[in-house]
This record gives sequence, structure tokens and C-alpha cells, in this order.
Amino acid sequence: MSEQEKTEQEKIGKKIIQASELDPKFKYEIIQMHGGEKLLMCFQCGTCTSDCPVARFSDSYRPRQIIRMTQLGLKERVLKSNTLWLCAACFTCTDRCPQGVKVADVIRTLKNIAVEEGYIPPVFKELASSILDTGYAYRIPELRLKKREQLGLPPLPRGNPESLAKLFREMELKKLLEKEGE
Amino acid sequence: MAESQGEIKYLIFLGCAIPYRVSAYELSARKVMEKLGVKLEEMPEFNCCGVPMDPISHEMMMLLAARNLCMAEKKGLNIMALCPGCTGALKKVNTMLKNDKKLKEEINKHLKEDGLEFKGTINVKHLVQVLNEDIGLEKIKATVKKPLTGLKVAEHNGCHVLRPKEYMGFDDPEDPKILKALIEVTGAECLDYMDESQCCGAPVAGVNDRIPLQLTEEKLTHVKEVGAQALITVCPFCHMMFDTNQMRIERLFNEKFGIPTLHYPQLLGLAMGLTPEELGFRELRVKPTELLKQLGLQGS
Ligand code: SF4
Ligand code: SF4
Repeated sequence: MSEQEKTEQEKIGKKIIQASELDPKFKYEIIQMHGGEKLLMCFQCGTCTSDCPVARFSDSYRPRQIIRMTQLGLKERVLKSNTLWLCAACFTCTDRCPQGVKVADVIRTLKNIAVEEGYIPPVFKELASSILDTGYAYRIPELRLKKREQLGLPPLPRGNPESLAKLFREMELKKLLEKEGE
Repeated sequence: MAESQGEIKYLIFLGCAIPYRVSAYELSARKVMEKLGVKLEEMPEFNCCGVPMDPISHEMMMLLAARNLCMAEKKGLNIMALCPGCTGALKKVNTMLKNDKKLKEEINKHLKEDGLEFKGTINVKHLVQVLNEDIGLEKIKATVKKPLTGLKVAEHNGCHVLRPKEYMGFDDPEDPKILKALIEVTGAECLDYMDESQCCGAPVAGVNDRIPLQLTEEKLTHVKEVGAQALITVCPFCHMMFDTNQMRIERLFNEKFGIPTLHYPQLLGLAMGLTPEELGFRELRVKPTELLKQLGLQGS
């Protein structure tokens, strides 16, 4: 187990739960969100964790645990946890959950809330600001565009930068991207 | 509905990863579609499909996807996407907006200023689905000039071609058969292997540098064990994991795989008699030299 994962485990699972940490309304917030509707149906069977490809190679990533913590209202611990971002969104759990919980979507709603609270891994920030600047998630180098021409491929769609910028403003995402370190 | 009689026409959706790193997939797909008589049109106003924004803001993901859908509606054409990630986002949002009037109104409020309105008049398909449903195995078979007889390969569909079943649903995610059938039409044999529809790990690569490589290593091991000479993919991200990262994985795990990974249209293209050069084989990191030799072809 890596050092990082050890601290991660301590942070999420191995710490005694204090009643004061629980946010009893958190689960109701989640079931209002797209994909979170069935959260309360989870009966902790563990299908999601046992079939999760990431969990097989991680000592700390456990979708069932994330679901339970969410039901309990361990909001801070869930949102601050790095493991949240390990979900590959492969949807195996969603397809196999016997209770119809959209596990991957619940995890996505948690990520969305984490972002609102200011927790966002740098790589996602970079993707978002690239979309804002160029319309694409990656900054496609000039060289690649030239190579397209040589290969006889048509020019790349350019999108509509102004209207994307407007949407980012409306969604209050621009602020978020500037929040720290920029 | 958006197709005129007889002629199959689609708006091609490239997304970000393909133009960024995986041109051979696009190149070979265009060549193959041309041979099959499918007309691909361009839409200069497409932007990112929305998927990368989903972990940050589901609303923003929906808006980006909806914008693209509106562009296609304006053109009156269905979308064919090459990237399963894009397909997933566009399909899901298309279905959600078609079925949820309130959500549609909400999204349209944001799009109105740009003169856009989601109406729900088009459909979205992945390349594999277009090949299977719109063209069909028989017609594809008729274009095979040089059957790849004797070649043994394995397939990796990639998660988002298959899951979530609720939105993708054109093949069985637990035991997918369509890509296999498309492979066998070329004359090559498609071998079964352990955990075929398991994720390659690519989406986690930005936050963890070990787990995705472990997942890919395990898949390559399974593919090698059954004796496949190549792996066939239909996703730019999966391809980067299996091809671009293969040598790194070999070094890291002290293994030797040497499994060339071809984009499906590259395989089909060879069977149609197109040259490795035309199909962008030059871009492959793991050179399929042996494989081409067996087929009596020169590498590029
Ligand atoms: S598979 Fe479904 S019911 Fe079982 S633990 Fe996971 S979320 Fe809960
Ligand atoms: S979607 Fe996420 S939690 Fe579910 S199986 Fe895939 S990686 Fe695991």
C-alpha cells in the first residue's frame, strides 16, 4: 500500500465516526440530482465493489463504501477524499447493481458537489479551461492541424468560442477555474 | 428519417482525443465508410462532446452535448461518432432531453440566445452501430476483396460502446457480439478471452498513473494467453492505452507482449484491399510487421 493510499484510508474508512460529522440531509440533496435518485435503495450487497475494475487494483477505492458514507451523510469525508476521482466511469457497477442504484452517477454527483466546494484535481481544471479556450478538451498543437492537411483530412470543427464562454459564465464555472493559483 | 432514400449520410463527430493523438482511426474510418458508400458530412460548429465536463458539472456536460445535437438538428442529419465517450454523452443527453420535457426547457433556456433549440429530431450512433445496423454484415462482406484468413485477433470494445446499457444498449455489455461479428466478416478469427468487456483504465490516467497501466497489463496478458496476433479497438482512449503505452507497460512489468493494436476500420480496410499506408498504419507504435507479412503486405 502506498503512503498516499494509507493516509487516504485513514481519512475515509478507519476513523471513528462522530455523530457531529453527519449531515442528515446530504442524502436528500443527492437524490434530487440527475442519476442520484436511487441512492437510498442500496442494501450494501457489495456487487459494485467486487466488480469494480479500479477497486481490484486500489487499496482504498470502494464504491460501496462511498455509497454508504453518502447515505450516512459523511459529507466532508466523501467530498474531500481523493478516491472519489478514481472512478473510471466504466458503468459496470451501474449495469450490475441489483437495486438499480446508478452507482457511477452517484459518484459523479459527489464529484460535482466536491467541485462546488472547491475540491478539483488539477487535471480536470486543465481540461475545463482548454474547452473554454479552444472548444476542445485538449490543446491540439498546430503541428497536428498541419498533419491533418497532409493526410488529406478536412479542417477540424472550430466550435463557437464566444457562446462557450457565455455558457461557462452562466454556469459560474469561469470563477471556479480562476479560483486558486491563477 | 434524416436519411434520404438509399443513401446513408451522417454528420461525423470526431471529439477531442482523435484529432489530438489518434488520426489513424479517423483516416481509416473515413476510407472504409467511403468504400461502403456512406457519405460523411462535416459540421464546423461542433465543440467538445461534454464528457470531460461531467465530473465538474453535469449541467455543463448536458449543455455542451445539447449544443452539438442542435447543430446536427439544424443540418437535419444523424450523428456518427467515432469515440465511444462522445457517443455516450451525445446519446445519453439526446435520450434524456427527448424524454424529459422539464429538462429540455431548462437546457433550451440557455441555448436560446444562440438561436438554438433542442427539438429531438436526430439520432446518435457509434461507428460500430452504424456498421452493424445501417450497412449490415452482408454488405460489408461484399466489400471484402482480400479476406484475412488465418489471422487470429481479439477485440476490446471499450466500456462506453456498451455501457451504461440503459443508454447504449445495442449490444450485450456482458457478452458483446457485434464487434466480433464485424471482425469475422473480414475473414479473421476473433478469439474469446478472459474479462473481454473489462475497462482499460484510461479515464483514470489523469489522477493515477499506476492503476490504468495495471488494468491494461492484465488485459494484454489475457489477450496474449489465447494467442491473439492483434487486438482490435474502436476507441481512441483504449487505443492509446494498448498501443501508445504498451512498451511502457512492458518495461514496467518486465513483460514482452508485442501485440499490435489496430483500429477496427484499419482491419476492415486491409480486407477491402486498402494499403497499410492509406489506413494510417504508420501511426501505430507497436508495429504490425509480422501480421502484415503473414498477409503478404508490406508495412509502412
Ligand atoms: S451494487 Fe448496488 S445495492 Fe449493492 S452495494 Fe453497490 S450500490 Fe449498493
Ligand atoms: S463506474 Fe467507477 S465505481 Fe463503477 S465499476 Fe466503474 S470504476 Fe468502479
